[in-house]
Amino acid sequence: MDILNLLSGSLQQALGPTAVVYALAAIGLNVQFGYTGLLNFGQAGFMAIGGYFMAASVATWGLSFWVGIALGLGLSVVLALLLGIPTLRLRADYLAIVTIAAAEIIRQTLGSVTLLKWFGGQDGLINFQRTFVEMNPFSSRVDLGIVAWRPFDFWLLFSGWILVAIGVVVVWLLMRSPWGRVLKGIREDEDAVRSLGKNVYSYKMQSLIIGGLFGAVAGFYVALQHTNMNPTWVATDTTFFAYTVLLLGGAARVLGPVVGSIVFWFLITFLDLFFGILTRGADPFMPEWIMTNQQASLMRLIIMGLALMLLMIFRPQGIFGDRRELAIDAR
Amino acid sequence: MRVRQSSAAALVLMTLFTVLGISGNAQAATPPATVATSADDDTIDVKGKLVDTREKPPAPVEGVQISVEDDAGELVGEATSDADGLFVIPLGADIDVVGETYTIKLDESTLPEGTELRNPDQVELERQVKISADISVTFPIGEGTVGTGWAVRALQLGVGGLVFSLLLAMAALGLSMIFGTTGLTNFAHGELITFGALIALFIDRLPGNITVGGMNITMVTAIAVAMVMSTLFGWAQDKALWKPLRRRGTGLIAAMIVSIGLSIFLRNLYQYFAGAANHNYSQWTSPSPWSIGPVLITPKDVGVIIFSTIVLVAVTLAIAKTRLGKATRAVSDNPALAASSGINVDRVISVVWAVGAGLAGLSGVLLGMTQGFDYQIGFKILLLVFAAVVLGGLGTVWGAILGSFIIGIFIEVSTLVVPAELKFVGALLVLILALLFRPQGLLGRAERVG
Repeated sequence: MDILNLLSGSLQQALGPTAVVYALAAIGLNVQFGYTGLLNFGQAGFMAIGGYFMAASVATWGLSFWVGIALGLGLSVVLALLLGIPTLRLRADYLAIVTIAAAEIIRQTLGSVTLLKWFGGQDGLINFQRTFVEMNPFSSRVDLGIVAWRPFDFWLLFSGWILVAIGVVVVWLLMRSPWGRVLKGIREDEDAVRSLGKNVYSYKMQSLIIGGLFGAVAGFYVALQHTNMNPTWVATDTTFFAYTVLLLGGAARVLGPVVGSIVFWFLITFLDLFFGILTRGADPFMPEWIMTNQQASLMRLIIMGLALMLLMIFRPQGIFGDRRELAIDAR
Repeated sequence: MRVRQSSAAALVLMTLFTVLGISGNAQAATPPATVATSADDDTIDVKGKLVDTREKPPAPVEGVQISVEDDAGELVGEATSDADGLFVIPLGADIDVVGETYTIKLDESTLPEGTELRNPDQVELERQVKISADISVTFPIGEGTVGTGWAVRALQLGVGGLVFSLLLAMAALGLSMIFGTTGLTNFAHGELITFGALIALFIDRLPGNITVGGMNITMVTAIAVAMVMSTLFGWAQDKALWKPLRRRGTGLIAAMIVSIGLSIFLRNLYQYFAGAANHNYSQWTSPSPWSIGPVLITPKDVGVIIFSTIVLVAVTLAIAKTRLGKATRAVSDNPALAASSGINVDRVISVVWAVGAGLAGLSGVLLGMTQGFDYQIGFKILLLVFAAVVLGGLGTVWGAILGSFIIGIFIEVSTLVVPAELKFVGALLVLILALLFRPQGLLGRAERVG
């Protein structure tokens, strides 16, 4: 019985709104890292810009939801330009450090008491999702047999997966175009592409912007999913999780991020529920001196960290990837 | 509702005392007695407590006149601080008052002889009533800071910055050396820092104290053990993980992502064993500070400064003078050439990992002593370590140290102008701006960037 609950609970998460968020974020990373070889470790920063400005437009400035969406997307383009100008000419690891630092700057600034009246400090923003709720065509609980969702959650994941599908098609079309081949060329050998007269810097910037836009959309969904936007949703680890999703599915593969997100959240939830069951109740299966209920909640992250290491060492191409596509190197 | 209001008031007061209690001392942060709430909850009051933070505990200041004016400059109310230093000025019912802005003034001529406002410009405070809750204000009183005030505060913050920079420098040196010899951007370096602090916590938590001739040396032992264990940990990590990866020819970006996995793995493992709560080491928790001129410094900080300076000087001298140090620099410069001139590259890298991890672990213990241990202590400063290393020049020894001093002192001193919560933001902005103008870092060579 527990096994069935375990599987249905995991499946619920694997198809749910969280998986949508990470699929979107990882599609963005796929354009940047998978196809162009740009190590953007600041995807959480793009998510923060998207989520916060959509939420603040409605909740703080009283603008329309759609203005908020436009503002979020527009500012994420600005962020990509700001980040790209100093760093895209530098080696890959510099880009990694600068983007990770920028994401943290954004998170700490938006969550600060100084900007409390705009962005709500550590508690964040609420009451911005009305337009989105009103668009919900589902009025009753959606039951698919093994898994079931509340109408709002189903609307989230339904609209979310549609956006993911659009994103996948867009990336597919982009990457089979001549433009996409230039990106892959940059990843393989920047100097060769430059010698063909292409403006490498400009292509990298375009790639950074497109990936950042996907990050902003992921940010919208984080905010809508929790009906709250606060700094904890966009911590550094968020970016790391998105990378794990991408690498699990397979970088430089159109469907890599989608499969990665579903598998990642299935496994993470499975581990969480599994260790939860082991340590549950007054007389848990697992002796308390080995693992308490609180410690059990850490097991999934411990295993995830280990899995990311092993994945990168033994199967860097992920589930779907092609090893030849990943000849990225920094030095 | 009332409980929430008054505790919020106490919190505001506490924070302000802490922030402004500079020429007093850290103990000024004693929570003040809860300010009396007015009988009628619908009335909004301006209230506060005037204390002289030079005294310990802060002494109430009596007989000071406070007045409140509204937008138009009309006098709304007046009060005089009582024997407990408290004053309450009712503004009116909340429905009339919410949204209005008031100016709260302190009459300086009524201050007792010998006391002055900490910040002489702050005789007026403007407050907007945002919610239906009383407004708490504070006017820090102490020695006048006329003239020298700004400089003294800068100096005091500079001392704090110096302590932090030294700890940062030890961590940064390790990161930079590992990068220099192996090319690895190690995102798990923060966990090497935490490792030292964790081992020290474990030693500290062993039952009983470790004493030699009546002297309690628990912490000294903890520091020594943490350093040794960190060194071993670094050496073992290289042997078990990074060396095989180098043998396999794993790319640098792949290795970077492996280090991210390691960071997530170790950080959660630490939390598994140490819990999420903040812990303090048992010794030297709140020593009373010495005053050197106008600056206050705790004996612990002096100890940290001296000890870490010795360690840093020793390590940099070793890198500059010894055969192994020269070999390390040769490997940093060009591994293939170093290998072909007879240097055992693998052994050099092993030593670098051991020394780098030892330095990081030491910086972790000392950091834990100054700000308390938690399982993310290293992860939280990882970006600052990166900032220091990149600012100074990735892979350079002197650059890492110089960068640490700039970042460490900047972080503290910048709180003169930016809110303390944003001090890390300022340091990270410095990093990005520095890259814009000098991408190879202050002491790096241009060709390293490529």
